[in-house]
This record gives sequence, structure tokens and C-alpha cells, in this order.
Amino acid sequence: MSDYDPVEVTPLHADEVSRMEAEALDAIASAGSLDDLKQARLAHAGDRSPIALANREIGALPPAARAEAGKRVGAARKAIGQALAARQAELEAERDARVLVEEAVDVTLPWDRQPRGARHPLTTMQERIADTFVAMGYEVAEGPELEGEWFNFDALNIAQDHPARSEHDTFFVGSADSGMVLRTQTSPVQIRALLQRPLPVYVISPGKVFRTDELDATHTPVFHQVEGLAIDEGLTMAHLKGTLDRFAEIMFGEGITTRFRPNYFPFTEPSAEMDLKCFVCRGASAVPGNPPCRTCKSEGWIEWGGCGMVNPRVLVSCGVDPARYSGFAFGMGIERTLMFRHNAEDMRDMVEGDVRFTLPFGREI
Amino acid sequence: MRVPLSWLREYVDLPAVTAHEVADRLTAAGLKLESITSYGHDVKNVVVGEVLEIEELTGFKKPIRHCKVETGEATPREIVCGATNFVAGDRVPVVLPGGVLPGGFEVGARKTYGRMSEGMICSERELGLSEEHAGIMVLPADTPVGADVVELLGLRDDVIELEITPDIGYALSIRGVAREAAIAFGVPFRDPADVELPEAEGTAWPASIGDPSACDRFVLREITGFDPAAPSPLWMRTRLARAGMRPVSLAVDVTNYVMLELGQPLHAFDRAKLTGEIVVRRARPGERLETLDHVVRDLDADDILITDQSGPLSMAGTMGGLDSEISESTTDIVIEAAHFSATGISRESRRHKLVSEASKRFERGVDRELPLPASWRAVQLLAELGGGTPGRGVTHAEAEAEPPRIAIPAGYPGTVAGVPYTKETVVRRLEQIGCVVTDGDDPAVRKGAVDPTGVVTGGELAAKLAVTGPDMITVTPPSWRPDLTDPNDLAEEVIRLEGYEHLPSVLPKAPAGAGLTEEQRLRRRVGRALAAAGYVEVLAYPFIGEADLDHLQLPADDARRRAARLVNPLADDEPLLRTTLLPGLLKTLARNVGRGFTDVALFESGAVYRPREDAPAVAPTPGVDRRPAEEELAAIEAALPEQPRRVAVVLAGEFDRSGWWGRGRQECWADAVQAARLVAAEAGIELSVVADQHEPWHPGRCAALYVGDTLVGHAGELHPRVIEAYGLPPRSSAMELELSRLEAVLPGPVDAPRVSAYPVATQDVALIVPDFTPEADVAAALRDGAGELLESIRLFDVYTGEQVGEGHKSLAYTLRFRAPDRTLTVEETTAARDAAVAMAADRVGAQLRGA
Repeated sequence: MSDYDPVEVTPLHADEVSRMEAEALDAIASAGSLDDLKQARLAHAGDRSPIALANREIGALPPAARAEAGKRVGAARKAIGQALAARQAELEAERDARVLVEEAVDVTLPWDRQPRGARHPLTTMQERIADTFVAMGYEVAEGPELEGEWFNFDALNIAQDHPARSEHDTFFVGSADSGMVLRTQTSPVQIRALLQRPLPVYVISPGKVFRTDELDATHTPVFHQVEGLAIDEGLTMAHLKGTLDRFAEIMFGEGITTRFRPNYFPFTEPSAEMDLKCFVCRGASAVPGNPPCRTCKSEGWIEWGGCGMVNPRVLVSCGVDPARYSGFAFGMGIERTLMFRHNAEDMRDMVEGDVRFTLPFGREI
Repeated sequence: MRVPLSWLREYVDLPAVTAHEVADRLTAAGLKLESITSYGHDVKNVVVGEVLEIEELTGFKKPIRHCKVETGEATPREIVCGATNFVAGDRVPVVLPGGVLPGGFEVGARKTYGRMSEGMICSERELGLSEEHAGIMVLPADTPVGADVVELLGLRDDVIELEITPDIGYALSIRGVAREAAIAFGVPFRDPADVELPEAEGTAWPASIGDPSACDRFVLREITGFDPAAPSPLWMRTRLARAGMRPVSLAVDVTNYVMLELGQPLHAFDRAKLTGEIVVRRARPGERLETLDHVVRDLDADDILITDQSGPLSMAGTMGGLDSEISESTTDIVIEAAHFSATGISRESRRHKLVSEASKRFERGVDRELPLPASWRAVQLLAELGGGTPGRGVTHAEAEAEPPRIAIPAGYPGTVAGVPYTKETVVRRLEQIGCVVTDGDDPAVRKGAVDPTGVVTGGELAAKLAVTGPDMITVTPPSWRPDLTDPNDLAEEVIRLEGYEHLPSVLPKAPAGAGLTEEQRLRRRVGRALAAAGYVEVLAYPFIGEADLDHLQLPADDARRRAARLVNPLADDEPLLRTTLLPGLLKTLARNVGRGFTDVALFESGAVYRPREDAPAVAPTPGVDRRPAEEELAAIEAALPEQPRRVAVVLAGEFDRSGWWGRGRQECWADAVQAARLVAAEAGIELSVVADQHEPWHPGRCAALYVGDTLVGHAGELHPRVIEAYGLPPRSSAMELELSRLEAVLPGPVDAPRVSAYPVATQDVALIVPDFTPEADVAAALRDGAGELLESIRLFDVYTGEQVGEGHKSLAYTLRFRAPDRTLTVEETTAARDAAVAMAADRVGAQLRGA
């Protein structure tokens, strides 16, 4: 038997603990700033705060009393701690709100310190067309702009004295009979492709071409074409149609197909003029009574380019056996495509290099 | 080709369709609609009137008549008229009040010259009949008064203008268009050339063919006692005018009319001016001829001439001579109808820059069987309309010509189309266009193909083009289709008549491609990078002039002065092809500045044309019946200039803009050099930059750009004189770099770096060097001296001033060191730094600042 007499420890009295808690909560609640709260934390929850001191006294209690006193003090400390955290969050939120308001700026101010540039739409249009065919398995073929007449005319079955040759308005280089010209079409690249590449050949060749036209709203002496060529076994005009229909859909949207009309090109036989179904009115404006269409002039179709089955004479001049291989070729003007796809009205805007024309086209078309 | 619908309907029973429907069908057949012009559809209330009285009004500046005109109404009309070529009793066309003339011109009753005028008396032009407007139109005396003039004169017509491709010369005639229209509508065609020719009695004026390669058929007919004053009838003048030919005189109008109708050009000689036998031959040295246009022409030995014993009479198929031309007094006429060599006429026409309705037809191919019927028709019309007696004889000289025959498998057109056609369809379509089709393969066919276009002749080519297979048919094209020579020509005829619109649409399976080449990818990257950096792409014309080379201050011996020259430039002062991209860019820059855009950065990527030294002046043109030999191809390439691809930039004004944030920054030489670095970086290449003096740059602000030892371009500020010459803002800069040279040294895939996680050690050094020392050399020395531990080096300050002494500059660098496998000690980094400084001291005499 112990004669130990439990000492009454005043700070652990229930009403004393309640008082300390109440004082602490009161101080926390009345803290008006983060600094006040810091003071309150030191005074009421710090190492030397009444509740911390009281907590230390628990050890001195008789075992039977410890549990109850510990519970009481613990609950009080928890309440104080929660109140501190809550008030801390409140005050921080208030501070943040205030500071961020003070730091507000006018976000509508311009910041065009280094304006962007742009690529020419004729360049990006050529790339877009090339990409379409590259996705179909074609490769991009190239050739010189200052070209041998043999490539530009002879090998394409445009004989020296054929009227088609004089229709080309050719720039001659050096002398009239130097055999060198500025290419009048991208078709000589067909010849180079057939001479250089193993069969079968599927190539697309965009590029610059030249005719002696004066610059005006619809003509320019330097313009761009894209030429396609496919030579393989068993290619037919139906394949040509299928290829151009697919191309038209990719460029202008689903349901936009092509129409062929007979035409004449020395390097293709049969030859066709290719029309594109108007991608604006989808052909509707050609029906009497419907609203007119500016893009196709209410014809329902837009003239887009020429095409045909590669003339076997062209194959012979490249050493390809027409009894085994056949194929098709097609070509269209890039300027013209830009004009109707992007509603460009004047060819001069495309050649003058005014930055106002080019900038809106950005880096891809 | 302008085709009056009324004329077309004479030879084809067209159903009741509009001109548009006819044009649509013709377009689908390959005769493309250009435009439709309607005549007389809006004309109303024009009647025949008889002039009863004429009162001459005086006191006006010109003669004015007040007429009383009987028009079959209750009372005669009073009409004021300014023409004086009619008399009382004449019948004239009168538009009544409320009537409408061509063009929607409404006529009312109004007061003019102090009198009432109830309508108008009309000229031919006012009725839309011709260009005749010298006086009003006086109708034949027996024309019924009150009759509707629209009906009476055939005012109403539609003219379809068709674009005729160069291969189908036959369609440059009513006859040819009518045949196509008949096929398109499936209705009968009456051939205007299919006439019963009477048995000739003797010959007309004597003639012979001297050169069968120039002409293989030559026909002359005569008419005597012709009335040179006889006018062309209105219907003929109207048709000619509507078909686009100006009426001249009866004799000329008849030859034109027959040419338009049949497609056979004709020539009329004054018989009295001929001397002895006519011979068709090539020109002899020194021969000259004054043609109808009063130009005396020196003839070429290749020119085809119609001559008589006095010398040249006319240039065959191109233009007649002045001396033998019919005149207002010609009563005896010799009509010539011939079949000339298409290439011969084409050459002659181009050589003399003479394009006529005749030459257009001959060079596109005229029906060899037309001269006899066409000359007959012309003589008949002349006799009918101008009196005179047609001669009973005909002179007919000809050279043998074998019609070409082509053998194909009956299924060949379907093979080309990708859709099968029955043999019946193929044969029917070919027969529709006039071919004779027989079963079987004629073994003679493939030996010696005749090529009337003169492209290539010879059996070898024909053999290469021959198509064999089951069920062969042999096709003899009609005489009016000299364009049909190859199997594919026949395939096209079948496919176009079956309708291109019925072709199926089948996507072929191309083999897998390799995508873009590295060079093509690089070009795109370069374009995108420059655009992202603020440059706007331009596509300037490649035409330059000597002035540009002078403006660029190029020395006389500069390689860029060796430029290819155009024979026929658009502008006489820009006959050269660019050897540098800069002139086009500088002009575009000036244009933008002139339009108010003072802060501009532009770029262009494109070919320049650099003629090779000692290049042959001529690129050969080998034959086309085979692949050229490698030497032949090499000879073409040798003559062509080199055409490397370059990229260039020009810039002026602020590169970093001023704004509310403060002052911006003017572009400078460094931006131009940086643009080159940017381009090279896209190629994965680091440029070395060396000071240089090179036009058109400022000699103190010009950088040469190298890849290893290869010069690839220049950049910097432009020479003040260049800036002045092009009118550019001061201190404009430029860069030009040969992309093709970068393409040649693309480094290939990047070797992935190993990234060290060990800490970095940083050391700053400031070096004093003489101020002419290139910074690039100092940095290179530091880099080389620092060794492998150096991670990066960055120049952060350039200082000149008292503290470093006169003639010197201080360059301050941060060197960052790092090892792949350990943390560096202070001793290691210091040693590396010291080695770097030592190298700089050694190479460029750099002194450590503060040391």
C-alpha cells in the first residue's frame, strides 16, 4: 500500500483547461493578420503556452488521473491547433487575394515586339498538293527551270513546226536556236523522271514556269504549275479519273469530284480538260432558279487543269516500251488554284511581294 | 471558230434545242464553248416602210431629212433621218415607236430638230446585220411594205464561238462542226462537200507541182465575164460578219464563205495578170514578193510559193501577192484550191510572222479531198451572184499520197479507257467520224507510218507504237482527219464519243514511295524557320538588267555578271536571268517601304542561273523515236547553266518593334548574319563566319559564311551606294546563301548527346585583345584550349574604353564545365580555364583582364 497522496494540480482542472482553450480560441479568432496569428500561435500553442505547460504536468498525476487529464488537455490542444490552421488559411487567402489584386495588369496590351513572318501561299500550296500525292505513294520530282528544248518540247511530242509549239509563247535563251528555253510547263520533269527513275514511276512535280505574257490581273509571265505522272503496267483513264477525284476531295472536301472534257495536248492521248465541281455551290447554281455563284460564275464547274493518258510517243522518246507500260499525266496552275480556293482576285498581288497579301497565309495553307 | 447556228442547221437536222444545248454537246465532244452571241432576239416592231416624201431641213450643222413613210398602218409615219442615201420610193427598214433595236435600244416617238419623229429608219449596223453604217439600208423594190424585218432578213441568229484545239483543223469549218453536232445529237449530217462534180472538159490555166513535199494537190478553175461591181448579197455579208470576217467584195467574200463552210482556203488570181504556167515550188535565192499588206518580203529557200513565168505570185497558204490580186476591175478570175504541207505552211507563217485564216487551217491540216469540190462551189457562187461564165475545164495537179492505216485490237480503246467497249461500239464510233474499218490486221500497215504532222516518220517508230492483240481491225481515217495516226488517236475518238463522263473512277495502287528527300525537307524547314523568325517570303521574277548588276556595285570581272540572256525579254531593260536573288528582293523591299511598311524583313528561296564557263552555245535536240544516248543527254546538260538553289533575306527598319514597352531595335548586319546561322542550323550545320569584302555589302560590315572550307554565302549591311541605288532605308541588311551547297554537306542523323547529371562548374574570364581581333577566333581558341570538360561558352560582354586601353577591347565569357562521370574539383576547372586562356593568349595574344 502506498501512502502516496495525489496532489491536486490546478492547471489540469477541467475548468482551468477550458479557460485556456477559450482564451486561445479567442486570441486566434481575433488575430487580424498573419503576424497577429503568429503571436497568438506563440502565446497559446507555443512551447511556453499555458496549455503546453499544463500538458507537462500530466506526468505528475497519479496514474488513475492521467488518462482523464490527458484526454482533456489533448482535446483542447487539438481544438487550438485546428483553429490556428483554419485561421491561417483564412488569413493567407485574404492576403493572396489582396496581393494579386494589387499586381493586376492590363492583359489586353499588345506585345507584338517580334511580329511573325509568313511563307508565300504559292509555295505552301505547292507543298500541300505535293503532300497529298506523297501520301498516295508518289515522290516529288524536280527539274531545271532553264531547260533544253528537247525536254520542254521535242520529247513531249511537240514538234518544231506544230502549232502547239507556237502557242506556248516561249522565252528563248541565248539565241532563238540555242535549244534552250525557260520551261513553259512542268511537263519536262516527266521526261527527266522517266529517263532517270526505275519503273513504275509515280511522281508529282510542282514548280515555276514561264510564258511571255504581260502581267495583269489574270496573267503573269512567271507562274507555277504542278504536274503528276504515273507510268505502270495496266494504268487506264479510269485510274486517272480516280486519282483526280481523290485529289479534288482532299483539297476541297467530300463530294467534290472532277469532270473530263475532250481536249488536245501533244503529250497525252487521249487528252482531257479537267473541271472541278464548284466547292462553294456544289453545282447547284447551274440549275435555273437557284441563287448565282461567284466562284464558278454559276456554271457549277471550275476549270482546273489538263490531263490525259501519256502519249506512247512520249514513252518511246524516253525508252519506255509502250506495249508494256501505260500511264497518265495531269497538271494544273497553282495561281489559279489559289485564286479560286482562297478567293484571290488579282494575280498582281501574288507577284508583287506586298507583305499585306502574304502575311495572313501564315506558314501552311 | 464562230458558228452561226442557222448556218449549222443547213447541214445537220438539229432538234429544237437552244444554242446552249448545242454548245454543251459540242463541248462534251471536245469543241469547247467560248461564248454565245445572240442576235436579234430582242428586236421587235421593225417593219418595211416605203419613203413617200422627203423634206430637207435646213439650218442644222448636218443634213437632216423629214420623211413621210408608209408602213402599212392607218396613216404614214413622220420620221426624222440624218442619212441621205435614199430617195422617195425606196423601201427601208423602219423601227416603229415602242420598237426595240439590238442591244435593247428602245425607240419612241419624240420631237427632234423641231419636228415629230415617230420611229427611226435603220442602217445595217443598227439592225445588227453588219458593220455597215454609211447610210441607211435600202431594201429591194419588191419588198412588201409592212413586212416584219426580223423574219424577212433573218435578223435572229445565235453564234456559238468554239475553241478549236490545234489537232482538229477540220473543225475550223461549218462542215466539221456540223459533223460533230450530228454525231452528238444522233441525227443525219449532209456533207456540203459531197457534190456531184461535172465531167471536166479540158483544163483551166496550166499548172504543175514543182515540189511534191510542199504541195500534193493543186487545183485551178476559172470564171470569165464576172461583174466586179456586183455586191455581195446581204445574207452572205451577214454570215461572214457574224462568223467574224469583214465583208470586202463579192469575189473575196465568196472565197471566205467557202473557206468557212468547207474549211478549204481558196485564193483568187486576176487571170489577166498571170504569165504562163503556174508552178508550186520553194523559193529561189534572192526572190522577193510584195504581199497584200504592202510589205516586200525576202523569201526563204524553205518558203512555198505559187509562181508563174514572171516569178512569185503568192506565198502559198499564207498571203497573196499584190501584183496578181483581183481588183475592182477584174472580170476573169482564176480560183486556186490546194493541199499544202502543214509543216511547210506552219514554218512559213512563223518565219514571216504572218498568221492568216488560211495559214491557221493549213497548219492544222486541211482535207486533201476538198480542192475539187471547194473550187467548184466557189466558181458556182461567183457565177450565180456576180454573173460570168464558169470555165468547163479544171487544172488538177497532184502527187501520190498513201492514206495512213492503223491496225488495233478491237478491244484497245477499252483497254485505254479502263472500261470495256464492244467491238460493235468501237467500229460504229470510228465509222461515225468517217473511218473505214475492216476486219483483220493488214500486214502492210505497220511498215512505214505516214505522219502528216511531220513529227517523225519511219517504220521503226510505227512499229514501236503498234498495238497487237486479239480481234484486230484495220482503220483508214478519213481524208479530213490527218491527226489520226496512232492507235491512241483512235482510242480517244471512241472514248470521247462514248462520253468522258461515263469513265469509271478507280484509284490506282501506287507502290510505297520514299517520301520527300532530305533536300526537299530542308527547303521546307528553312522556309518555316525564316517565317517564324519574322521574314515574309516573296517570289520575285528572275528577270534582271545590267542596271541591277551596276546597282549592286559588282566589279567588271564578277562572276555574277555572266548571266544568261533572253532573246525575247518582256522588258528590254531586263533581258538577263538572275545570278543572285538580291535584285528582286531589294526591289520588293523598296516597294513595301514605298507603300508605307518601313519595318520589313523578306526572304526568297529559289534558283539562280549561272552559265558555265565555256559551255556550248547550243543544247542539241536529238530525235524522239528512241531514248537519246547518254552522250546526247549529257550534251544537253552541258549547255544548260548551273541552277543552284539559294536563299536570301533583306531587311530594313525595326526588327524588334518599338511600343509601349519602350524603344525597339533597328535591324542591323548581325540580324542578316543570324539569318544565315538560322538557315544553316536547320541543316544541322554550324557556319563559320569570317570578315570579308564582297559586293553588294558594306566593306566593313560583310561576313563570308563558310561550311568548313566551302564558301556558302555572305551577309551583313548593304553598301551605302547599293542602298541609294535601290532607294532603301539607311543601313538595310541582306544575306544570301547557296542552299544547294548546304544540301551537299548535310551531316545526317544527329548523334544523341549523353547527358551528365553531375553538377556544373562555372568560371568567368575577361580577355583583352586588339580591337581588330575577330571574336569568333577568340571563342574558338577558348573552346579548343578548354578541352573536353567544357560544356558551353557564352560571350556576355564586349567592352572598350579607358580601362582596357586604346585599340583594345575586352571580351567577357562564361565558361561552364562539367564531367560525365564525376563532380569536378575546383583545381580541375581552374586548370581547364587556364588552358583555355593560355590558348587564347597563344593564338590571338589575349591577355587575362586584371591579371
